[in-house]
Amino acid sequence: MNITLKVWRQKGPNSLGAMETHKMTEVSGDMSFLEMMDVLNDRLVREGKEPFAFDHDCREGICGTCSMFINGEAHGPGRNVTTCQLHMRSFKDGETIHVEPWRSAAFPVIKDLTVDRSSFDRIIQAGGYVSVNTSGDTQDANSIPIPKHDADEAFDSATCIGCGACVATCKNSSAMLFVSAKVSQLSLLPQGKTESSERVLRMVDQMDIEGFGNCTNTGACEVECPKGISLTNIARMNREFLSSTLTSK
Amino acid sequence: MSKTGILKSSLSKKYAMAFTGLFLCLFLVGHLLGNLQLFASGPEGQSAFNEYAEFMTTNPLIKVMSYLTYASILFHVLDGFVLTLNNRKARPVKYVVEKGKLNSSWASRNMALLGTILLVFIVTHMNNFWYVMHFGEIPMVDGLKDLHTITLAFFNPQINSLAAVMTLLYVFAMISMGFHLNHGFQSAFQSLGLNHPKYTPVIKFAGTAFSVIVPAGFASLPIYLFLIQS
Repeated sequence: MNITLKVWRQKGPNSLGAMETHKMTEVSGDMSFLEMMDVLNDRLVREGKEPFAFDHDCREGICGTCSMFINGEAHGPGRNVTTCQLHMRSFKDGETIHVEPWRSAAFPVIKDLTVDRSSFDRIIQAGGYVSVNTSGDTQDANSIPIPKHDADEAFDSATCIGCGACVATCKNSSAMLFVSAKVSQLSLLPQGKTESSERVLRMVDQMDIEGFGNCTNTGACEVECPKGISLTNIARMNREFLSSTLTSK
Repeated sequence: MSKTGILKSSLSKKYAMAFTGLFLCLFLVGHLLGNLQLFASGPEGQSAFNEYAEFMTTNPLIKVMSYLTYASILFHVLDGFVLTLNNRKARPVKYVVEKGKLNSSWASRNMALLGTILLVFIVTHMNNFWYVMHFGEIPMVDGLKDLHTITLAFFNPQINSLAAVMTLLYVFAMISMGFHLNHGFQSAFQSLGLNHPKYTPVIKFAGTAFSVIVPAGFASLPIYLFLIQS
């Protein structure tokens, strides 16, 4: 298949970017989107031109490194997929595909399609952990009874890979889905429950400091999330933050 | 403990939006029930409505509620304004191609626009009736201010040359309110953390029903008054 790519080109964090057009021929439908980008970059290098910078790592849909806002959607068309798991058969022959970086004040562009997502790391550092030792000389896990339903819910929240699609797709660049998933996965389990009140206050504080927007419950994040993280996480965080705010000393 | 301060937190602003919004929903129910009396015409309907208007402007408890309503509207507007500004700042460079309609409802993405339409409507509406009732020159019937006649005249094309335009404007404002409520009602519960697999579908259904029934009820009055008088 033949496609026309319009890809965001930006030299550095402070330079102005613009869309650059590239024609691609003989694209296989079985290629992943990243493989197609590899082919483009390979050609650019051989032509002595600058390849496009983009983030990628595992290419199995589990690391959360790949990004790209493709044809107006985070990780492109299709549901519950990351860009590395998006295949070219999802597009039509002759289609024009727009490729842009995540856009948010809290995710500044480093170069082309790569953005700095360390704001997420700082939110995790603010409280996304348990202070008890969970490695080495610890008691048997089965000695703490955890209802299956709670374990499943915590696991669902923990499947968040921190890719930032929620922020990228939210019209307000809000990080509520990410933060609430991290808050939930810990507060649902006994090991994390003891610090849940402090955790939610700290993590929301850091989220605000990083300059993410406010949630307006459009629900776009839940739709575009490659891991299907649910809005119920956001409600849980809203609940926990409200009660923690009212009861914190 | 909170570095940004409780009142400055993004979540606290959301709670304020939710609380004021839900309070305003209650106000809408009360206002609509009062308005429906306008369907009763003739001298009996006139005196009943005027007595009701007198009660609504003089009863101390209603006075307290009305001040709460003004405060809620102001706070809802200011808070919404601050949130919208923050949200704009959170994405300084816009996408070249963005397909919001694939993942969210139109109303949910345009609450600020819908809210602005409603604010303009509220100011116009208060100028048309509230101001006249409180501070304007108004004829007296049986010792009561005759708001009934004023209201009927406002939508009477024989008396008010702009009656048709006003009727359309009121209906347009109510359609906007319907969209605003359709997202806002259920959104308020989510903001307050009230999300549960058992109750959320009920809340969503109630929100949709509310957003259709209440604006339709309000819009039916100008249409009715305009039609019976033309």
